[in-house]
Amino acid sequence: MIGGFSLDSRLIIGTGKYATPELMRASLDAAGSRVVTVAVRRERLFNENGQSLLGLLDTSRYTILPNTAGCFAAEDAVRVARLGRDLLTQVGNPGAEWVKLEVLGDKKTLLPDPAGTLDACRTLVREGFRVLCYSSDDPIAALRLKETGATSVMPAGSPIGSGQGILNRNNILLCLELLKQGDPTYPVIVDAGVGAASDVSLAMELGADGVLLNTAVAHAKDPVRMAHAMRHATLAGRMSYLAGRIPRKLYASASSPWDGAISHIPGE
Amino acid sequence: MKIVVNGKEIDVGEARTVSEVLSRLGLDVMPCAVEVNLMLVPKSRHAVQSLHDGDRMEVVTLVGGG
Repeated sequence: MIGGFSLDSRLIIGTGKYATPELMRASLDAAGSRVVTVAVRRERLFNENGQSLLGLLDTSRYTILPNTAGCFAAEDAVRVARLGRDLLTQVGNPGAEWVKLEVLGDKKTLLPDPAGTLDACRTLVREGFRVLCYSSDDPIAALRLKETGATSVMPAGSPIGSGQGILNRNNILLCLELLKQGDPTYPVIVDAGVGAASDVSLAMELGADGVLLNTAVAHAKDPVRMAHAMRHATLAGRMSYLAGRIPRKLYASASSPWDGAISHIPGE
Repeated sequence: MKIVVNGKEIDVGEARTVSEVLSRLGLDVMPCAVEVNLMLVPKSRHAVQSLHDGDRMEVVTLVGGG
């Protein structure tokens, strides 16, 4: 449940970087996602063969979550969010009220600018947006975004598109603990850095409500197969979290009984 | 009249409103969103929002992204 919407998939997938539109559509289908992210960009003027993404996506099937990717200032992110809302209002998509807020601090690392993100979040919340906020995995930065009114905080596992997975699981755990304190249904989505299905499972096992990814599928050798893997990993991780993992122990604990063993056991 | 559309200076001839400029540029067939001088012009105002020489207009659409 995010921002008043109940979704039947915990995997949000991006629409960028696919080799062909057909591959994108097949991958989204295989991922089983209900929410897909998109970017807002200039129309190509005098464009001969441009194909709008809106013509490629089944807007009755997907809630389209427009991002503010590429914005390095709060003011720009707010402008892009408003434009995205106007576009999705035109096609009657429920994503019109949503925005995936990214305010970046540096082009090389694409790490979020915490102050700019906070500023933009405040403005967008005031304007009635449901803000899904890309953040670093800093638990206090995440908490401040929630306090500002973000509908969901989305801490990064590692830098966007880096494929490094979850670099600091303790920070993700602390984000989850602080964001869900007294508010257990507050949605926390691990966004960015996923490289393989195991990263998704880990995020879900830690207790995240969902995972957002793009490059790991779009640039996989076989994107459709990887999309399937991501769907299963999301389910596996969620089930594992709900089932409750055993504690980590230093020493072994035999699965077969000692009683009745016919072998010589050292030390006995 | 000349305005700057998506960073390029363009002579829009007799076009005076956002709708007329979009039509002249062939951008009126698919949904697009527009801002003029950094302010959003909602779709409902495209037909009435007038433009002036030197205005800066952005016309955007949705593309693949993460």
